[in-house]
Amino acid sequence: MTKRTVNAIVLDEPLIFEESAAGKKAYSLAPLDVDDINVTDLIDESLLRSDIPGFPEVSEVDLVRHYTRLSSWNYHVDLGLYPLGSCTMKYNPKINERVARIPGLAAVHPLADDVLVQGNLEILFRLQRLLAELTGLPGITLQPAAGSQGELTGILMVRAYHTSQHNPRRFVLIPDSAHGTNPASATIAGYEVQAIPSDDKGRIDLAMLAQRLSPDVACLMLTNPNTLGIFESQIEEISRLVHDVGALMYMDGANFNALVGQTRPGDMGVDILHLNLHKTFSTPHGGGGPGSGPVACHSKLVSFLPVPRVEERDGAYALDWDHPDSVGKVHAFFGNFGMAVRALAYILSCGQEGLREISETAVLNANYIRARLKDYYHLAYQTPSMHEVVFSDRVQSAYGVKTLDIAKGLIDQGFHPPTVYFPLIVHGALMIEPTESPSKSELDAFVEAMIEAHRQSQSDPDTLTSAPRHSKVGRLDETRAARTPILRWSEE
Amino acid sequence: MRYVSLTPEERRQMLEAIGVDRVEDLFQCIPDHLRLRQSLDVPEPMAENVLLRYLASLAQKNASTDRHSCFLGAGAYNHFVPTVIDSIISRSEFYTAYTPYQPEISQGTLQALFEYQTLVCQLTGMDVANASLYDGSSAVAEAVLMAMRVTRRKRVVVSSALHPYYRRVLETYVAHSGLQIVTVPFSARTGRLDLTALDEALGDDSAATVVQSPNFLGVIEDLQPLSSRSKSKGALTIAVVTDAVSLGLLRAPGELGADIVAGEGQALGIPLGFGGPYLGLFATRDDFKRQMPGRLAGQTVDGEGRRGFVLTLSTREQHIRREKATSNICTNQGLCALMAAVFMTCLGRVGLREMAEQNVKKAAYLRRLLASHLVFDAPCFNEFVVRCTGDPVELNRRLAQRGIIGGLPLGRFFPERMNEMLICVTEQNTRAEIDDFARFFLENNA
Repeated sequence: MTKRTVNAIVLDEPLIFEESAAGKKAYSLAPLDVDDINVTDLIDESLLRSDIPGFPEVSEVDLVRHYTRLSSWNYHVDLGLYPLGSCTMKYNPKINERVARIPGLAAVHPLADDVLVQGNLEILFRLQRLLAELTGLPGITLQPAAGSQGELTGILMVRAYHTSQHNPRRFVLIPDSAHGTNPASATIAGYEVQAIPSDDKGRIDLAMLAQRLSPDVACLMLTNPNTLGIFESQIEEISRLVHDVGALMYMDGANFNALVGQTRPGDMGVDILHLNLHKTFSTPHGGGGPGSGPVACHSKLVSFLPVPRVEERDGAYALDWDHPDSVGKVHAFFGNFGMAVRALAYILSCGQEGLREISETAVLNANYIRARLKDYYHLAYQTPSMHEVVFSDRVQSAYGVKTLDIAKGLIDQGFHPPTVYFPLIVHGALMIEPTESPSKSELDAFVEAMIEAHRQSQSDPDTLTSAPRHSKVGRLDETRAARTPILRWSEE
Repeated sequence: MRYVSLTPEERRQMLEAIGVDRVEDLFQCIPDHLRLRQSLDVPEPMAENVLLRYLASLAQKNASTDRHSCFLGAGAYNHFVPTVIDSIISRSEFYTAYTPYQPEISQGTLQALFEYQTLVCQLTGMDVANASLYDGSSAVAEAVLMAMRVTRRKRVVVSSALHPYYRRVLETYVAHSGLQIVTVPFSARTGRLDLTALDEALGDDSAATVVQSPNFLGVIEDLQPLSSRSKSKGALTIAVVTDAVSLGLLRAPGELGADIVAGEGQALGIPLGFGGPYLGLFATRDDFKRQMPGRLAGQTVDGEGRRGFVLTLSTREQHIRREKATSNICTNQGLCALMAAVFMTCLGRVGLREMAEQNVKKAAYLRRLLASHLVFDAPCFNEFVVRCTGDPVELNRRLAQRGIIGGLPLGRFFPERMNEMLICVTEQNTRAEIDDFARFFLENNA
């Protein structure tokens, strides 16, 4: 095994404000071609500013080098395996970037008349159809800008549904393994959250669920496969119990990459589902967004979808606002359209067979990592894994090495660490999601790095507790950042 | 499948290591009758060149601003996007990274966000800004929710010249919060918020006044008297901006008494993009920083005292606080924040003002040509309302035939203004385009 890291040239770079010098210029605008009147003749002076204090002045070369140097400090998917569990850091195909930039698609105004934007409406409509087909749920909105906004939209639809049945109900049930966005979204929709514990297999505790279910429950919010990477095999029984009290089944589709082309939430009794186009459907994560969080729903919920809806009438596409039961709007326009273009390109590039191969490979890769690491790391649950596997630091902590140290040690071996300390129900969790993208040699190298970190925890724990040493900066003082926040640069 | 990297032999080796015969065995946790056996209505895989042709053919069915002149704004602006922006955000180091959970190997993203936050503060005149929200509309909704937390009051006063779609998103977000929304009209003559009506609407139970400037009708509001009235009742002032280029010229809301600036950053270097992805701007006063929604980058040091950046104040957030979080938001619009940061840096202290001035002067030029059709008399930035003799929707159809994307027919939002149109002029409109538009408009609205 050759060592993966080398000492490359990494340049320091100040803040852009510290490089600014009066008189430098990075832009070029055509000269004004209408009468150059005084702005003060048009607008009262009291409404005008004379300057933007602190705004930078740099040349185009300065600017490009600045951001290029910054960029060299980032780990990223194109560089290597990015096994961040629950984030599905898969390869972002280049063709998707190219098509999203086609001027005839990108330089289009969202308020132009329907007849002027037929191409883009077709993109939205076609993606809706494909997502409906892949999820088995006929109603789709592409408006939510990210998964958490999709959750909020979905829960608002749950509420609108129950309200139409004359009782909005009071509680949303959420397993203790769920993402934090689930309870936060339910709260904005006016619900009280009740946590459901997981059983010793890492699945939702069915007896506890049955006990909590009542006519006051609006829905169960279930992530499937859950954040432990475990499929809720009793899904049909769960759906039946939930429906028996008149509640709805909400599925968080964050982990749909394990299922796409293999099975459909709509066939399992799921009423409402959000997807993350930036996970399963390969749109890039952009350093934290933009994402996209479409919602799919059962036919009984279609009338509550956000407006406008994109519809086809006689071969032409139109925006339909006439849905009085709709939850309203969650985005000023159609959501993150650019992500919809990329996701459509991805689905069309893959086809059903390709998507099947993707989920199959994602599950194979995760299970391979599990098999190769289970003798070194404590496996949180013995239940079979799907697309991700959760270990803990139980073995290593006996030597004074914690999950955080293992993560930072991996950085020194040239890998992005897994998700750490999530899900909250596993103490010292290390959540690994390789996705379908890596080659076997990349997976093997990661496994070796994990094993090496385990060895170091016994033989040389200081290497881990003082890591990382090969990164741009060492371990950063987060307590200091929070106690005395410095959230902007200022001149002094 | 070119997006996976395993050979059949490698798959076999991996299955052997796992101890199963077939990959199917790994899906046994899914009840067999739920497994998909049938083929779905998903087309066969499309080769790259075929896909390109297909999407290029869809592009032909759009009236895009690369082939049309555009006089449409209303929350999405056809501003110039310097080439360096796409060049920088096309670096995979930026666009294929994720939220900087591991700061030591994410310093590029974190420093860029810290610079973005600083630039937004400088532009808005505020103390702190977050690392962005989804778009202008949800930023306004989050601002109102924050004002409710800060003041512990449940009534908000909203200008009727707030973007109607922002208003709708606000209504969606607060529908179950117990908040009451009171609407304040604008003056039919000036287009500005009616101060007498504001005085009547504001009470000791008001959490905030929400006012957009330039407002939806294009009119620049005088924020100072609005914010002092709000303050006297203990309410916050939420200043909303939809075209952030205007702040290159207009006084910063922070100097005019705004407590929160919420709005849309699309104008700052982000393509029209059919409405998204855009950029939710959010900035506030230092006192409120722990009440903010969204991610924040902060400065700190490593063990050797070197400057570095981390995500901070995360105890506000859903992954720690769950149902008690300040917002349900998880990530931000990271790459769009980077685009805006590059844009603001590129235009800089001088260029942003120059761009903003061109907008004002070009809009003023068209206003003079259409002087007899103007509806409001207060000053505007780059948008204004005109009255047509006929139906503006019909006028737009005829303009489209000339390669012109016309303004926004206001009847869609204000039924009593069926004959009015909101027109936008930016630095992208040449004098020839403006002259052509004016000539055609006047011919058709004699």
